[in-house]
Amino acid sequence: MSAVIENHHNEHDHHGPAKGLKRWFYTTNHKDIGTLYLWFSFAMFLIGGAMAMIIRAELFQPGMQIVEPEFYNQMITLHGLIMIFGGVMPAFVGLANWLVPMMIGAPDMALPRMNNLSFWILPFAFFVLLSSLFMEGGAPNFGWTFYAPLSTTYAPPSTTFFIFSVHIMGASSIMGSINVIVTIMNMRAPGMGLMKMPLFVWSWLITAYLLIAVMPVLAGAVTMMLMDIHFGTSFFNAAGGGDPVLFQHIFWFFGHPEVYIMILPAFGIVSHIIETFSRKQLFGYSSMVWAMLSIAILSFVVWAHHMFTVGMPLAAELFFMWSTMLIAVPTGVKVFNWIATMFKGSITFETPMLFACAFVVLFTLGGFSGLMLAITPADFQYHDTYFVVAHFHYVLVPGAIFSIMAAVYYWIPKWTGNMYDERLGRLHFWLSFIGVNVTFFPQHFIGLAGMPRRVPDYALQFADWNMVSTAGAFLFGFSQVFFLFIVVKTVMGGKQATDQVWEGARGLEWTVDSPAPYHTFSVPPKVS
Amino acid sequence: MGSKKKTILKLSGAVAAMYLFSFLLVPLYDVFCDITGLNGKVAQTTNAESSISIEGREIGLQFISHNNAGMPWTFKPSKEVSKIKTGTMYEATFYAKNTTNKMMVGRAVNSVAPTNAKDYIKKIECFCFAEGIELMPGEEVLLPIKMVVDNELPKNIKNIVLSYTIFDSNLENNIIMDHDSDHAGS
Repeated sequence: MSAVIENHHNEHDHHGPAKGLKRWFYTTNHKDIGTLYLWFSFAMFLIGGAMAMIIRAELFQPGMQIVEPEFYNQMITLHGLIMIFGGVMPAFVGLANWLVPMMIGAPDMALPRMNNLSFWILPFAFFVLLSSLFMEGGAPNFGWTFYAPLSTTYAPPSTTFFIFSVHIMGASSIMGSINVIVTIMNMRAPGMGLMKMPLFVWSWLITAYLLIAVMPVLAGAVTMMLMDIHFGTSFFNAAGGGDPVLFQHIFWFFGHPEVYIMILPAFGIVSHIIETFSRKQLFGYSSMVWAMLSIAILSFVVWAHHMFTVGMPLAAELFFMWSTMLIAVPTGVKVFNWIATMFKGSITFETPMLFACAFVVLFTLGGFSGLMLAITPADFQYHDTYFVVAHFHYVLVPGAIFSIMAAVYYWIPKWTGNMYDERLGRLHFWLSFIGVNVTFFPQHFIGLAGMPRRVPDYALQFADWNMVSTAGAFLFGFSQVFFLFIVVKTVMGGKQATDQVWEGARGLEWTVDSPAPYHTFSVPPKVS
Repeated sequence: MGSKKKTILKLSGAVAAMYLFSFLLVPLYDVFCDITGLNGKVAQTTNAESSISIEGREIGLQFISHNNAGMPWTFKPSKEVSKIKTGTMYEATFYAKNTTNKMMVGRAVNSVAPTNAKDYIKKIECFCFAEGIELMPGEEVLLPIKMVVDNELPKNIKNIVLSYTIFDSNLENNIIMDHDSDHAGS
C-alpha cells in the first residue's frame, strides 16, 4: 500500500475551515465530523463512566449506602446504553470518518451532508435519553437489554423517550454505515483493489454491513414495544396472544451482531498498530479478511446463546452452543496472525503498541470466558452472574476501548501535527491496565461464587472482592480523566510530528502532511 | 457518479427490508415453534379417534394453574393429580370465578412439560383455545378439557404436566392493576 503523492501544491488553493462555531454546525468535512464524533464519544464515555463510579461506589460494601435501589437500576441501564451507543460506537464512527477517506485516497466521505446530519442528531438522542433522569418515575430502569415485560408493562413512563432516543441513534448509525459503504465501494483510489485495502477499512466495511442488517431490527423491536405500551398491541404480552420470549429472540438477533460491531473495527486498528511497531508486514492479510467475514456471518446464527436458560429444547441449545464455539476458530486465526506478526519483529513499545498488546492478551482472555459461557450446561450456573459482567467488560473495555485509545495515540500526531507526551502516555497505559484488571478480574470469582448481576446489595461473602473491584474501578476512572488531560495537552501543542510519524508506518494516511491538511487527496493518488 | 446512487439505493432497500424482517420475525417465531414443537403449546385436533386404542398404559397427569400478575380471578383445576390411560379419552375441568365486581375477559395460555410430550397430546376441546373467557361479576364456571394421550407416547415419559396461566385480556386493566400487585404477591 505504498503511494506517491504529486499534488501537494494543488491543495493550497482550497479554502480552509470556516471560523467559529458555525464551522462545527455546518461542516461537511470528514475530518471535522470525525473530530466531532470523537469528542462526543469522549464526553459520553466520561458520563457513562461517572455512572459506573456510582454503581461501584454503591457496591463497595454490602447493604445500601449511597443510592436508592430504583436509582441504582437507572444507573446500570443508562451506563450500558451510553457506553455502547454513545461511547464505543460513535468513537469508531469518528475514527472511520477521519481515516477511511485518507486510507483509500478519497477526498471526503461520499455523502458529506448526510454525514453532518448523522452526527448532529446524536446529541439530541442522548439529550432525550439523559433527560429521562429528571422525569416523573425516573429514567429507564430495566437494564440495557430492556427485556419485555420489564420494559413494557412494568416500565416507567419515560420509556417512550427512551424508545425515541434509540430510534434516533439507530437512524444515525444507519446513515453513517451507508456513508461508509458508499465511500469504500465507490471512492477508492485507482489501483486499490478490495484485497489491497487497509484492514481498518475492511473491518469497517464489514461492520457497516452488520449495522445495516441489524439496526433496523432494533428499530423494529422498540417500535413493537411502543405499540405494546401505547396502541394496545400484544407483541410481547401473553394476555393478548403474544410472547415475551419473542422479545428476547428479536433483541438478541440484533444484539449479537451488535457486539461484533463493537469489536471488528478494533481488530482493524490493532492490526495496523502491531504491523507498524513490529516493523514487519502483517502476517496473513487475506486470512484476516476472511476471519472477519466469517465472524460477521456467524454472528447471525448464535444469538440464542444469550438465553440458554429461557427454556429451549436440547437440539436448539446444542446448535447455539456449537455455532458459538465455531466463532473461536476465526477469532483464533486473528490472534495467531497478530502473534506471528510480532514474531521476530524489531518491536518497540510506544503507547499505541502497549495498548495493542494489552488488547491481544486481555481480549483473548475475555474470549475464553466467552467460550466458558458458550458451554450450555455450564451456562446455567454462570447465567446472569458477575461472571457474565466480567466477560463482557473484558471484551469491551480492554477490547474495544483499549483499541480506541490505541488508535487515538497512534493517529493523534497525524490529526494534530503534535506528538503526545510519551511518558504520560505510558503512565496512562499502565494505570488503565492495572485499573481494568483490578476491577474486572475479581468479578470472575464473585460471579462463579454466585453473585447475581444487576443487584445493588449482595450477600456478605462477596464483600472482599467487591471492595477490590471498586478500588480498581476508581483507579481506572480517574486514569481516563488523565487521558483527557493528555489529549488536550497534545491538541494544544507538542513536539512537531513528521509526516510518517512512526518509523514502520505504511499506508496512504502517512503520506500527507502532519497535521493532515483540511482537504486531502483532491486528486486521487496512484496505488501500486 | 451513477454507481454511487445505485449503492445508496441498494443499501436503503436493505435497511427497509431488515425493518420489515423484524416484524416478520413475529409470525415466523410462531410458525417455527409450531413446527419444532418448541414453547410446549398444544394445538387443537379434530381427528383424535385415531389415537384411541384399548391397550393403553398408565401415566400420571398433573394440572397446574397460575394467575398472571394482577389477575384477581380464582382459577384452579378441579382435580390436580390423576392417573390416566393412554389411548383413552380423558375429561377434566378447571374452576374459574370472577371475584371482582365488573365484567372481565380472561385468556388462558397453556404449556406442557416435558416438551416432547406435546405431539402426543390430542386435545379435542380446551378452554385455552378460546380467545377470551367472559365472566360477569361474581360468575363461576367449570371450564372443560377433553383430550387423549397417544399410545405412541415415548416410554420414558411417565408423567405429564399441563400448565395453564390465566391472563386479564383487557390490557388497560393489566397496567393499572400492576401497581396494586406489588403488595398483593403472586
